[in-house]
Amino acid sequence: MAGGGNVVATWLNTWGFPPWLNSLLTGIIYLVGVLAFIFLNVIYLIYLERKVSAYMQQRLGPNRVGPRGLLQSVADALKLLGKEDIVPRHVDKWVFLVAPIAIFIPAVLLYAVIPFGRGLIAADLNIGVLYFLAVSSTTTIAILMGGWAANNKYALLGAMRAVAQMVSYEIPLVFSILGVVMLVGSLKTTDIVAAQEDVWFIFWQPVAFLIFFIAANAEVNRGPFDLVEGEQEIIAGPYVEYTAMRYALFFLSEYANLVSVSALAVTLFLGGWQGPWLPSWLWFIIKLYIMILLFMWVRWTFPRIRIDHLLKLNWKFLLPLSLVNILVTGVGIKVYQWLSPGRW
Amino acid sequence: MITLSHYLALAGLLFVVGLFGALAKRNAVAVLMGIELMLNAVNINLVAFNRFMNPGEVTGQVFALFVIVVAAAEVAVGLAIVINLYRRRLATDVEEADWLKW
Amino acid sequence: MEGGASVAIFWLLAALTVGAAVAVVMLPNIVHSALYLVLTFIGVAGIYILLEAEFLAAVQVLIYAGGVAVLLIFGVMLTRRGHIRQSNPFNSYHVAAGVVSLALFILVVLALGRSPWHAFPGPWPEDTVGAVAEAFLGPYVLPFEVAAVLLLVGIVGAILLAREEKGEK
Repeated sequence: MAGGGNVVATWLNTWGFPPWLNSLLTGIIYLVGVLAFIFLNVIYLIYLERKVSAYMQQRLGPNRVGPRGLLQSVADALKLLGKEDIVPRHVDKWVFLVAPIAIFIPAVLLYAVIPFGRGLIAADLNIGVLYFLAVSSTTTIAILMGGWAANNKYALLGAMRAVAQMVSYEIPLVFSILGVVMLVGSLKTTDIVAAQEDVWFIFWQPVAFLIFFIAANAEVNRGPFDLVEGEQEIIAGPYVEYTAMRYALFFLSEYANLVSVSALAVTLFLGGWQGPWLPSWLWFIIKLYIMILLFMWVRWTFPRIRIDHLLKLNWKFLLPLSLVNILVTGVGIKVYQWLSPGRW
Repeated sequence: MITLSHYLALAGLLFVVGLFGALAKRNAVAVLMGIELMLNAVNINLVAFNRFMNPGEVTGQVFALFVIVVAAAEVAVGLAIVINLYRRRLATDVEEADWLKW
Repeated sequence: MEGGASVAIFWLLAALTVGAAVAVVMLPNIVHSALYLVLTFIGVAGIYILLEAEFLAAVQVLIYAGGVAVLLIFGVMLTRRGHIRQSNPFNSYHVAAGVVSLALFILVVLALGRSPWHAFPGPWPEDTVGAVAEAFLGPYVLPFEVAAVLLLVGIVGAILLAREEKGEK
């Protein structure tokens, strides 16, 4: 295994704790690290999104609070914290209160299988990529909870559209990842990163990368697929009755989801943390931000797609294309094995 | 020490709860939920037996996967039937669906 | 430590699963029942992880919690009638059903108590995903293909059944 073991675990070993305390402390350190990573990234991304969208629309964006507007996120956070927390009277109380938490927990759990650097992975599961897909599919339940609890026609409609979109686009997402898994022969994320030592998978599987990119955009309700929560369409869809911190939790989890699918794209297609000279975690962050900027570029370039066009795109274009990709990948692997026997 | 009997007792309890749900509820969708509980209990049984008796082969897991596939197909078709029933007669009450002729 | 923590986690997961299942069956609000069903599925996935069948646990969460539960919640929301707080009542046989279920449970527990299971948990093959895949494409390839056809038939059938007829309302 490239990297030689878990960095945090080996560091803890030097302190001579009993092994159960080692595992517990490793877990806690990774949890705190992942939460800090999410919060710092989200705070920066809120600002980055506004600046990127501004420059693309030939205006300046936030530039008053702090040097070049860098403290804008702090101002936004303070504003949100100061808002009144309203729980409307006719909502389904427990479901209403649990929904934001239920949507935030999977967003954090996704980071458990992302390799942040050489030896820096919270849980190197045997089923790494499948775990990621399974946990991200539970987000749909939380969105349904949020839309239902608000006791509001528009919220329910928005939630049902969101779930229809997310459930439909999971299929090409899984199939595009399947192409990469076929090349590697393992579901472990560390194996996938190690298999890209020579050539990144974006060159072996360009179509899969494209399908993954489109499907990931739809999965995180972003970009041209944000009909669900577009203010002009359905007044924030399933999140319409939420205020202050609960609203903040929804948008926190949306940006956390964006960062996690970008991290997955980096791991699967862009070679993970590998790269010359610089430390591995720095390469990871550079590639991560390239992916995030790509997502933002697409969001602010294309107009919003209507719900029936969205579903048609999925079922009539992306799904057959991803099946063809799997077919071609399988045939290609067999041809490669046949042409160079004993080398696989 | 968690023995095979613990897992089997858990599966048995889950099965019995699902059975009660399937038998005693009026809403057709609630009956479907009871059936799902029973299928989950059966899956736990299969995997536990495989683990404790014959872990060399993963036959139990394969069987459980087939059960999951069939359960998913069954829920889809069952819900389609219930929705159709609701649309025609505006009732999902199993006690009211007693027409022998449509 | 291994043994102690597994025992504690088993009891915790068992309590969670059975508690959520009882909530599914007893609650009068059907939407709440559906949400507790999701919790049951996640509890069962935890039991699979305790039995060291991780691939099955991931598939359980992916298909049951992320698919079947969503289907059931959609079904609940599309077939609502009357006040939601009494949308999941018991029918007229619930007492008899309770007696039958209790009797079955007692029977099962007695059978368990009298069976001498001389069984110790052995190790699974190192790579369960590979072993399952080899089983699917080896001895069980025919049921695998039949399951694919079954799913196709299920999808087409469900769409046909739930489709709205044009001009008939």
